[in-house]
Amino acid sequence: MTPAPPGDGLDDLALYIHWPFCKSKCPYCDFNSHVREAVDQRRWRDALLADLDHAAVATGGRRLGSIFFGGGTPSLMAPDTVAALLARAARHWRFADDIEITLEANPSSVEAAAFGALGEAGVNRLSLGVQALDDDALRFLGRAHDAADALAAIELARRHFRRFSFDLIYARPGQSLAAWEAELARALALAGDHLSLYQLTIEPGTAFATSYARGAFALPDDELAAALYEATAAALAAAGLAAYEISNFARSGGESRHNLVYWRYGDYAGIGPGAHGRLTRAADRIATRQYRAPETWLAAVERQGHGRDESLDLAPEESRREALMMGLRLAEGVERRRFRARTGSELDAALDPARLPDLIEAGFIELDARGLRATPAGRQRLNAVLTALLAP
Amino acid sequence: MTDLAHIRNFAIIAHIDHGKSTLADRLIQFCGGLEAREMREQVLDSMDIERERGITIKAQTVRLAYTARNGESYELNLMDTPGHVDFAYEVSRSLAACEGSLLVVDASQGVEAQTLANVYQAIEANHEIVPVLNKIDLPAAEPQRVKQQIEEVIGLDASGAVEISAKTGLNIQEVLEALVHRLPPPRGDAAAPLKALLVDSWYDSYLGVVILVRVKDGVLKSGLKVRFMATGAAHPVERVGVFTPKGVPVPELGPGEIGFITAGIKTVADCRIGDTITEDRRPAAEALPGFKPLQPVVFCGLFPTDAADYDHLRDSLAKLRLNDASFEYEPETSAALGFGFRCGFLGLLHLEIIQERLEREFNLNLITTAPSVVYHIHLTNGEAMALHNPVDMPDPVKIDHIEEPWIKATVLVPDDYLGGVLALCEERRGVQLDLTYAGTRAMVVYRLPLNEVVFDFYDRLKSVSRGYASFDYQMDGYSEGDLVLMNILVNSEPVDALAIIVHRSQAERRGRALCERLKELIPRQLFLIAIQAAIGGRIIARETVKALRKDVLAKCYGGDITRKRKLLEKQKEGRKRMRQFGKVEIPQSAFLAALKMSDS
Repeated sequence: MTPAPPGDGLDDLALYIHWPFCKSKCPYCDFNSHVREAVDQRRWRDALLADLDHAAVATGGRRLGSIFFGGGTPSLMAPDTVAALLARAARHWRFADDIEITLEANPSSVEAAAFGALGEAGVNRLSLGVQALDDDALRFLGRAHDAADALAAIELARRHFRRFSFDLIYARPGQSLAAWEAELARALALAGDHLSLYQLTIEPGTAFATSYARGAFALPDDELAAALYEATAAALAAAGLAAYEISNFARSGGESRHNLVYWRYGDYAGIGPGAHGRLTRAADRIATRQYRAPETWLAAVERQGHGRDESLDLAPEESRREALMMGLRLAEGVERRRFRARTGSELDAALDPARLPDLIEAGFIELDARGLRATPAGRQRLNAVLTALLAP
Repeated sequence: MTDLAHIRNFAIIAHIDHGKSTLADRLIQFCGGLEAREMREQVLDSMDIERERGITIKAQTVRLAYTARNGESYELNLMDTPGHVDFAYEVSRSLAACEGSLLVVDASQGVEAQTLANVYQAIEANHEIVPVLNKIDLPAAEPQRVKQQIEEVIGLDASGAVEISAKTGLNIQEVLEALVHRLPPPRGDAAAPLKALLVDSWYDSYLGVVILVRVKDGVLKSGLKVRFMATGAAHPVERVGVFTPKGVPVPELGPGEIGFITAGIKTVADCRIGDTITEDRRPAAEALPGFKPLQPVVFCGLFPTDAADYDHLRDSLAKLRLNDASFEYEPETSAALGFGFRCGFLGLLHLEIIQERLEREFNLNLITTAPSVVYHIHLTNGEAMALHNPVDMPDPVKIDHIEEPWIKATVLVPDDYLGGVLALCEERRGVQLDLTYAGTRAMVVYRLPLNEVVFDFYDRLKSVSRGYASFDYQMDGYSEGDLVLMNILVNSEPVDALAIIVHRSQAERRGRALCERLKELIPRQLFLIAIQAAIGGRIIARETVKALRKDVLAKCYGGDITRKRKLLEKQKEGRKRMRQFGKVEIPQSAFLAALKMSDS
């Protein structure tokens, strides 16, 4: 049994800030990212500050456990914009003593040059989009950096931030189990307290979706994908990094506190283009969404003082499904008391009693007084487990 | 009432796409039956499905007023008949209402199997037949070769064939002249007791049932009380009219004339095609020859994809039957597919048409089980039963023997593809009756079990002949066969919807094909799935769908939740269309696709 990671902070709020711009669009990426010739940093800073102020109207005064700058490529933000947003956030919310402030960065030399300034601005955790340690693979993935850039950026991150993590994408076309294991061993030698390891998936609307449909490349079949996934978990466990989530591995205490809020279905505010939020108000669970297109969001903020496109009350069964879908990604699973606090209903109400016994007997899930967990075998097949498990 | 000498009744016989409907359009246009603004293509095919598929399902007539070159005015009655074998009986009734036929043949394609079957029917009905070569304007047209083919294959004198282009209107008047001068006028006696042939009937939401008739003797007028000789029912005639092709009232219909009546009849099931209508008070001594009730030959189950649509399906079937009494249905329950109906049809096309009309006109999503034929089961206790549904198969120990329906099939095919056609017919237990050549085309006649034909025969024939073979058939009695019930088991539970009756020699091939197909169609799940084909307790084929090893989203963060939840909800919604077999759930779509099995 994996012990629950620290920083439970059930009542802590998390804040997500989205910077939507990239230098180039990666072919696998379906995030809200856009390439623009020039970005008016000042205008964008003012707009993000306004959106931040608006988010504070409903949540101000709460304790803030984490802030996450995501994108896009937030390492392209002017460091003083980062500093200004953090200063403004500190006015609206009480920062937890050990507040985690993460920023996503690309390992190109230009961006790495700003790491020092970003650290001084208050960022204390860096998440580096390394993606591969192999130049051919990086080219295939459309990345602007090479393996040498990645190694240099990792060293800079180690120097300037208390904590850092990096991402790799595996199960790439033609990648053998042995090749991945070797790459993984090199990654582990470079790792801090956290790694994110994602299997390459083809998302609709991406450049890869088109080329994959045309047969430009093939992905590993179900069997190899499973073998790669299992080998990853085994290698990371041997190195002392537990699989606390499907694709995330950490030494004890190194877990991403911000992302844990998502998986534990806690409260988070989202600002910037396309940012989502989940907030608890009285007995209701509210889902918020900002305008997605950068220019639409910017115009909305300048017109009405905020970029909020939609705010709606989730139906009880919707929040139950979200809590399960997110929580079962974690090794710790879904705790009954947390489920009750977030959804207002008992865990069992979300489950299909007709299907539970088969799933338990097959060793895909465990249900006890503390809560519901997917076993490693169950997590590896979570989509199928969830469709079977959810109450009809 | 027109005098007999100035009436001509004719049908048009043609293979699909050879231009029957276009020619009809041109004839109507030439005779001024419709204003130019009322013309649209294939005016006689009133159902969308007829116009789209280029087929005629219901018989239609149109009365044309033609002033010939000799200066005399003629009443020409055009009978547009269904061309497909499923409606052979309607064709024969339509032909019985006419004295002659136009045989339309595509001047580049030549004679096809369907043309043959209909021509033979017309010859049997003592028709004078005028060959018409259509599409003469196309560069590929070979009128001489096709004329020769008509003479060799059909045995008709084609020297007087009219060469036309229905599309451009070329020589349309020559067709009309040929009708006037080459077809005999009808015969009949206006003073004799009424005798009228019931050619067709359909339901009109304003008029009720409309009956298409051909008067042989006597006179039909409104107010007259008529009797239907086969059913015995009597009704007073309300309206009398003709189609021009618009419905137009006329005071009466005399001998030789074709038109419609209404008589306050509620359902077409009360109007049997081929019945004789006579006067109630002064009945004819005997009915017109050839009446026979229609018998469905192909059966299948129709189930709503969404169980909530069951009532809607029942009401829709009832509405369709108002207009087509030739299909039947009764409730059926399937463990795999839920509540539905077992339906009987005149043939595979008829089945497809009803299915398509239900889906299109009534907005239903349907699952159709494998078509089955009617087996005659003779039990050891001396009793006999007609089996419409494989799941009703009695215990084999109680069966003495089983008989299955056979057909006589005619295939016309370029000789390059003859080998493939012969191999297919042999594989399907066929017995060759005849093989002749006309030029580079072969005509082969086989006796085949109908159950081998309802199972993907058309698709296979198309593929072995690259689409060049044409096919037609007629029923040819019942013969004893070594037939067995084959079940498909999923995790040891039989899937009733996939049970079929099959000849023992074909069971293994069919069983293996079904299991392999299902293996492809059933997605991997958390648990292993065993698919088996069995005859009684004996497994004859087996496939396994391995358990899923990995199925999880790589990334899921705060911004993804709504989208991923909706995806999950969609998957969960999809479970409603699944049927549970032990621990696994099989999507209905897998059964549906297995039932289609066209490429096995």
